[in-house]
Amino acid sequence: MHELSIVANLFELLEEQAKEAGAQKITLVKLKVGVLSGVVPELLQTAFDIYKKDTIATEAELIIETVPLRLLCHQCHQETIRDDIVFTCAHCGSTRLEKKEGTELILEKIELEIDD
Amino acid sequence: MTKRKERLVLQDLLGSNKKIANEIREKLIQQGILTANLLSSPGAGKTTLLEKLAKELSPAYRLGVIEGDIETQRDAERIRAQGIPAWQITTGGACHLEAKMIGNLFPQIPPDLDFLFIENVGNLVCPASYDLGEKLRLVLLSSPEGDDKPKKYPKAFTTADCLVITKADLIPHLPFDPAKVIQEALELNPQLKIFTISALTGEGIQDLVAFLLQQLQELRSSHA
Repeated sequence: MHELSIVANLFELLEEQAKEAGAQKITLVKLKVGVLSGVVPELLQTAFDIYKKDTIATEAELIIETVPLRLLCHQCHQETIRDDIVFTCAHCGSTRLEKKEGTELILEKIELEIDD
Repeated sequence: MTKRKERLVLQDLLGSNKKIANEIREKLIQQGILTANLLSSPGAGKTTLLEKLAKELSPAYRLGVIEGDIETQRDAERIRAQGIPAWQITTGGACHLEAKMIGNLFPQIPPDLDFLFIENVGNLVCPASYDLGEKLRLVLLSSPEGDDKPKKYPKAFTTADCLVITKADLIPHLPFDPAKVIQEALELNPQLKIFTISALTGEGIQDLVAFLLQQLQELRSSHA
C-alpha cells in the first residue's frame, strides 16, 4: 500500500500548482494511471479522499484515466495493445518491443478557482 | 468574481524520486560501483543470498549492503557477521525504500566499493514502483511461494533485469514447476536473465557470481 505516499507527492504538486496560478481552490484533479504503473486506482481514490481534508483540494473531484499497455514492435513497426501484459507483438510475434504507454503515473491536469 | 480555470500539468507523480535516483545512479557509476536492488516477498531468501555472495566475492571484491526493513537491525547484523559493511534503514512501517533514503546514506558509503547491494523491504508490490538508482534489479522468487507468481505481480517482473529462483533444493518436494515460472516471467519481460539457485547447496551460485562480475567489468569498461 504505497498509494498513500504517492498521494502525498500528488498533494505537494497540487500545492505548488495552486500557488503558481494564484488559486484559492482546486476543484478537479485528473490522473493518468498505466496498467503497469504499480498502483491500484481504487486505493489511490481512497488515499486521495483521506488526504484531501483541510487542504486546497478539500472539495476536489478525482478522475483517474486507466491507460492500457501500448507496445511498439521494432520488427514490423506496428503497435499492439496487450490487456494481458504479454510482451509479444500481436502481429508478428516478435518480442523486440518498446513500451509506449501503460507504465505512467501522471498528474495530467487540474481545475482551479481563482478570485479576480 | 471567482473564475474557474483549467491548468495542464503533465507531471510524473514519482518524478521527484526518479530525479534523486538518477543522481545516485550517475554517482555510483562514476565511482565504478555496481549497484543491485533486490526485491522479493518476505522470506524468499534475500539476506541468505547476500550472505552467500559475501562468502563468494569477499575479500577479493569489496562489498557493501544497504538493508531495508520495517523494524530491527537483524539483517544488517547478519551481513556484518560476514565482515561486510552494512547500513540498516528502518522504514518504521513504510512498505518500500525510496531514493531519498539511499541519498541520505550516501556520505557513509565508501567510494572504493565494487558492489553495493540494496535489500529492499520484503514486499513484491510496492518496491517495484521505486527506482533507487540501481544499475541492476533482481527479483527473487522462492520455490515454496508457488509457480503462479509472475503474472500476479507483473510490475516487479517487468521492471527487473534478473529473476532469481531461490530454494531450488526444495523443488523436488513441491508442486512447483520452474518451467512454468520461467515461461510466465519471459512473457512479461523477454529480456529477463534467469538464475535458479540454492544458497544452501550452492547450486547455481557460480552462474550468478559470474554474471555479477561480468556486469561489473562492463560498467567499468564503458565508464573508464
